[in-house]
Amino acid sequence: MAIGITSYGAYVPFHRLGSGTNGWVSPREKAVANYDEDSITMAVAATINCLDGFPPQGVDALYLASTTPPYKEKTNATIVGVGADLPSEINTMDFSDSLRAGTNALKAAIDAVRGGSANQVLIAASDMRVPQPRSEMELTSGDGAASLLIGNSKVAVEIEDSYSMSHEMLDDWRADGDVFIRSWEDRFIMEEGYLKILPQAISKLIDKHSLSPKDLTKVIFYAPAPRRHAEMARKLGFDLKTQVQDPLFTTIGNTGAAFALMMLVAALEEAKPGDRILFANYGNGADAFLFRVTEEIEAIKNRRGIRAYLESKKILPDYETYAVWRGLIDKAPPVRRPAFRTPSPAAMQREVGKNLRFHGTKCKRCGYPQYPPQRICTRCHAKDEFEDYRFSDKKAKIFTYTMDGLAPTLDPPMVVTVINFDGGGRTFSIMTDRDVDKLEIGMPVEMTFRKFYTSEGIHNYFWKCMPVRG
Amino acid sequence: MAEGIKDKAAIIGMGCIKFGENWKQSAADMVIDAVYETYEDAGIEPKDIEAAWIGTTQGGVRGTQLAVPLKLEYIPISRLENACATGTDAFRNACYAVAAGVYDIALAVGVEKIKDTGFSGLETSYARHTAQGTWLDPEVFVGMPAQFALAATRYFYRYGLSYEEGKRTLAKISVKSHHNGTLSPKAHLHREITLEQAINAPMVAWPLGLFDCCGVSDGATAAIVTRPDLAQKFRDDYILVKGLGITCGASQAELQDDYDFTHFEETVTAARLAYQEAGIKEPRKEIDLASVHDCFSITELINYEDLGFSSAGRGKDDVDAGTFTLEGELPVNTDGGLKCFGHPVGASGLRMIYEIYNQLQGNAGARQLKNPKIGLTHNLGGLPGRFTCAVTILGR
Repeated sequence: MAIGITSYGAYVPFHRLGSGTNGWVSPREKAVANYDEDSITMAVAATINCLDGFPPQGVDALYLASTTPPYKEKTNATIVGVGADLPSEINTMDFSDSLRAGTNALKAAIDAVRGGSANQVLIAASDMRVPQPRSEMELTSGDGAASLLIGNSKVAVEIEDSYSMSHEMLDDWRADGDVFIRSWEDRFIMEEGYLKILPQAISKLIDKHSLSPKDLTKVIFYAPAPRRHAEMARKLGFDLKTQVQDPLFTTIGNTGAAFALMMLVAALEEAKPGDRILFANYGNGADAFLFRVTEEIEAIKNRRGIRAYLESKKILPDYETYAVWRGLIDKAPPVRRPAFRTPSPAAMQREVGKNLRFHGTKCKRCGYPQYPPQRICTRCHAKDEFEDYRFSDKKAKIFTYTMDGLAPTLDPPMVVTVINFDGGGRTFSIMTDRDVDKLEIGMPVEMTFRKFYTSEGIHNYFWKCMPVRG
Repeated sequence: MAEGIKDKAAIIGMGCIKFGENWKQSAADMVIDAVYETYEDAGIEPKDIEAAWIGTTQGGVRGTQLAVPLKLEYIPISRLENACATGTDAFRNACYAVAAGVYDIALAVGVEKIKDTGFSGLETSYARHTAQGTWLDPEVFVGMPAQFALAATRYFYRYGLSYEEGKRTLAKISVKSHHNGTLSPKAHLHREITLEQAINAPMVAWPLGLFDCCGVSDGATAAIVTRPDLAQKFRDDYILVKGLGITCGASQAELQDDYDFTHFEETVTAARLAYQEAGIKEPRKEIDLASVHDCFSITELINYEDLGFSSAGRGKDDVDAGTFTLEGELPVNTDGGLKCFGHPVGASGLRMIYEIYNQLQGNAGARQLKNPKIGLTHNLGGLPGRFTCAVTILGR
């Protein structure tokens, strides 16, 4: 029985630092998450992208990989699970602390399907690492997420084999309480770490299958920075132009635990049946995988992936905006406003369906969908005759809007909209990832899972609308 | 068949403090000043008060906040909250109590101490009065200017007003109210503004700018009501209650995708109730003056239409014609409105009633209209689809 990737998805934030960003010195562009995004929200977006055409009910497990999970104690994957509207009868796991977390999760998913404990495992790798301002890492890092569905039916990318090795060293690290990543001297960590360990793992795998570089259609591997990526390609003997997957350094940046998987998704968007792909990731050891692409790949290419997300973007006007979003500058608000109230966990738990799944109700008697969920129908007044109705996947159009200059937001003005959903129903919604000069009544929007605010360590997630991307 | 309130309750005294940033006065100080002015106006003693209602949205709890400062000892007092209609609803309860014959003399007080919060405008929400534990509700995350700006955007769009035309129409309303405020000694703001000032003012919630928004003030107002047959013992020029309509929205703006944001059904229905009670069939002709809820200029424009003063979408024509100025056919917000008094929420409804009371008695000073006989007040509190609206008709 073939096991492998049955679907893929990705998420690239809307905003970029790049040429045109005042105070940004790199010639490269990088993707930066909005102030209302984090590893969880980006993972939700990527998993929804991955599940395009796949019913969430079929998923047996969700593995979330990130070095920047918003909660250090409390499962993060469960939030992604409800955001992506997965059923509650699933196994959720967090993979963390390592740049290899994404491929750790992939390996575990393959083993779970192979071992028979799950038929379909959804993995999401997502990272929003905050580099120290003006550091080398700031120039090469970026934010984003990728998601893969691993299963045993209609496999689009068969996993032929994998190899993993562990390697204890301190190259990059962040201890509990550290804000920024620390690194040892570059020459040491490259010579004794990355440039040594990754080739070892790759050799072990391809030697086992008696393969040489020319037998592979494409090779995809993690690199900490652009120069190291090119160096590794040479070292491994692959042709940079024809065989090596573009590492996205000029468009997105190194997205940490999500990076290798995002490159893989970008490669799969171009893959053809019969392609053989070598995929490798690094971080205190290495994981290497050998893939073979099947005919099924053609059936899943219609989704918004890396390519579409790359075309949908806005260059930030200045570095200061980014620094404010990351909390690096504590900028005074335009007006004094009351602090957000801490949400009640009891109410949050009661309202998971409404707030995180973005479920409303549809009246069984008159058929009208309504959000938030109601017990008495707003149209026909039927009582308790409703079925659950998912709004998060419905497109909508702006009915009216305003730009509120008083609202407490790190991206002023706060755009408040009233939107009418295709298929009926409406809601008040804050709009994010928007261009205030392009707002108009009738504008098509989609819903996006965002962090509303944080108070007393409680992250309050909710859905916002945004102009349709890609 | 219910008979309604017409001619069953009469106002025999009112008091209103100067609204403003009353840094030196507590809510209790303002209540004492407003109520003692009311006692004096009515010519009664504190011991004559048999029952009382205190309306406040952000103030304290319980009726004791009236009993304690005024030393009203062991009488029935209720504290009431109904958003911007709070003061009017306190008045309404007092009217019903005397009309029912339960009490002879009842007191209604509205008070709000806004300026102690330290925030310009109202706090974002009424969250403190509700049990919304996750705070993920438009009532919490959408500020008041934004709520009404949503109506302005849609109104401009639906009736084909360009941004410039829309802004100019709204500016005319604010210029009118600012002028009236200069003639109103108890108002907070006393200065004329120009159309250009209003149009070009800093944006608050697009398309609403600074002068499209009402002031933010502290204030207190009070009224003493009795039955008309008893009223004559206190004064000849008592004012009669002709109609009291209050309605509440049920979240239609949020739930129903055909709710239009260019009219507010709460106003239409509350006015219908009040007009029915008062026997008013042609409001534009029969009403001599009105104090309507002008928290924002767009609200006043929409109110003209919802109250039946202008037909739908034609409010602009009447604004251009000067219909609602002091010299116009139907003067609106003759005292400067919320625009110049600010909006100490609990006090505003009674402050509007105070203006109608003075105008009908001929005591409105420099802004006195010529012989008005029927006046209307209107409050609209909350957010579109979740408003409480109160419409009151008063007459001689």
